[in-house]
Amino acid sequence: MEKKWEEMSAKEKREARFKTWLSAEGVKFQSPEAENTYKKAVTRFKDTVLLEKTPDRVPIFPLGTFFQAYLYGVTPHECMYDYEKLLSASKRFLQDYKPDYYGSPAFIGSGKILDILDYKLYRWPGHGVGKDSIYQYVEGEYMKAEEYPALIDDPTDFWMRTYLPRVFGAWEPLTHLTPFPNLWEVVGVSGWMIPFGIPPVQNALKTLMEAGTEAMAWIQQIMGFEMEARGMGFPTAIGGAAKAPFDILADTIRGTRATMVDMYRQPDMVLKALERLTPLYIKQGVGMATFAGNPIVFIPLHKGADGFMSDEQFKKFYWPSLKALILGLAAEGCVPFLFCEGSYNTRLEYLKELPKASCFWIFDRTDMANAKKLLGKRLCIGGNVPAGMILTGTAEQVKAYCKNLIDVAGKGGGYIMAFGTSMDDGKADTIHAMIDFTKEYGVYK
Amino acid sequence: MAKDLVKTLADLKEKEALEIVQSRLKAGDPPLRILDDARRALEIVGKRFSDCEYFIPDLVYSGEILKQITDMVKPKITKGQEVKRLGKVVMGTVAGDIHDIGKDIVVFMLDVNGFEVFDLGIDVPAQKFVDKIKETGSKVVGLSGFLTLAFESMKETVEAIKKAGLRNEVKIMIGGGQIDDQVKTFTGADAYGKDAMEGVKLAKGWIGG
Repeated sequence: MEKKWEEMSAKEKREARFKTWLSAEGVKFQSPEAENTYKKAVTRFKDTVLLEKTPDRVPIFPLGTFFQAYLYGVTPHECMYDYEKLLSASKRFLQDYKPDYYGSPAFIGSGKILDILDYKLYRWPGHGVGKDSIYQYVEGEYMKAEEYPALIDDPTDFWMRTYLPRVFGAWEPLTHLTPFPNLWEVVGVSGWMIPFGIPPVQNALKTLMEAGTEAMAWIQQIMGFEMEARGMGFPTAIGGAAKAPFDILADTIRGTRATMVDMYRQPDMVLKALERLTPLYIKQGVGMATFAGNPIVFIPLHKGADGFMSDEQFKKFYWPSLKALILGLAAEGCVPFLFCEGSYNTRLEYLKELPKASCFWIFDRTDMANAKKLLGKRLCIGGNVPAGMILTGTAEQVKAYCKNLIDVAGKGGGYIMAFGTSMDDGKADTIHAMIDFTKEYGVYK
Repeated sequence: MAKDLVKTLADLKEKEALEIVQSRLKAGDPPLRILDDARRALEIVGKRFSDCEYFIPDLVYSGEILKQITDMVKPKITKGQEVKRLGKVVMGTVAGDIHDIGKDIVVFMLDVNGFEVFDLGIDVPAQKFVDKIKETGSKVVGLSGFLTLAFESMKETVEAIKKAGLRNEVKIMIGGGQIDDQVKTFTGADAYGKDAMEGVKLAKGWIGG
């Protein structure tokens, strides 16, 4: 009899998650070759990230947001408002370039939903930036300096009634709601419902329903693409997502400048908040990975890169909660995918604290030879193809660069060919060069 | 005993630094002398940043303290008293890009290192750079951009400056997340700085100081 989930070890859970990913349940393969391509790609990924055996060749995962559409002349505005155009470009990209894995177009999201909700945390094409530009974060203090205790006390309530009303215009009236745990037993029910009778709250709920209706239309199309892509033989290499707790603070709620000042003015509050947030994002990553049937949890890293803080600050503010997040996800059989833009040269020693194959790292400007030397036996690494070279360089240059990466970082396996950064635009010849050359030269004999 | 503002501020001791400023103002110390000390302190901060002793949080915090000092001192400055500047720099984040953290730090470091900076903000169209160069006679232009889409905008901005006949009048530096030498060549800029202090060094090299 099969073991119950709760009785499984982390390794057994991981094995089960990989098995689910490989099984491609519900996927209608277009041909036996497509099925074979899919399964080989998943196995290649597994062999590469778990360092258990040398894969058949270097896996290729060109991750980006708007670049696939860009290659076919589809603008960022069209991507966010005309799902059909986005998805047909995404499909053409897979047909023409044949990477091993696709990055989900779900990452782009719907501009219509952002419009309905009046989102303030970002500007997006046609809404605060030009139609040819991409969505971009608006720096701000969405949580105030004195609100740490409220966040730490009850993050969900803080999100519901303080943070979300600030970042969504449509959510603003929901500040009127009463805390959920206040509702206990019969005497409280009638009174607790009063805020739902206030016209602005009722209108807010209607607006949320409208956003929900659009979300259903959007996901139907996205899922159609996802199933078709898999049917064509391309797995996605991302199951869930999470964020480093420090980045939740510094990107999402407090803003970069304010968080940095907090590190001086109220360091204890910052640390308490990070500790409080960590389990929430373990839960998010595990939940999404389980739902998607794919163990890989994408974690984009931002404010802990070289230069963003001192070693002492990294050690105190950034690393402990990130490490706890990674270990927490790994304990549930997930494989965190650290997407590490910028450089991490001064942080590599910390990565040695992570257990073997507990996660993998896609680097941008990190010295790959050194990373391989320090981490190669312990963790899979990847990336490092510079955006600047892809966009302004030649195919020959890219091939030479990839050759060196495969020779140095790919030696013996444990390397994924990828851009160093999430690409917003692209260039056909250099991207073809990266993929085609790796398929040919990156084979392990 | 009067504590040393330069050292206190350079060491990022916020409370102490503000107290020193308060008591010096009370004692009738000339406001410009206080600001000059603050400027010298920030030069040390910049140097520590170059030496990898300080990092971005420290720069941001020093700016936060300086802002409070300036707010305290400014009302006491009488008209006609002005700090001598090394030269003028036009700065901005290029069209299509709204990232400002990096650009703001460069503006701040140029300012405390003695430059008069005209900060055009974010998502700045090429023509606006051209107009500001004409208006101010600035000899240095700084183009900032975080997105890879900024490469093209930077190139267009450099071309617009060229078209306006100003290319030989100005030196152009670029900076931001994905900028490297190859991108510098692509855009037609004169140099790129990998951080704020390199920007200061470039500007100093071009217009003295």
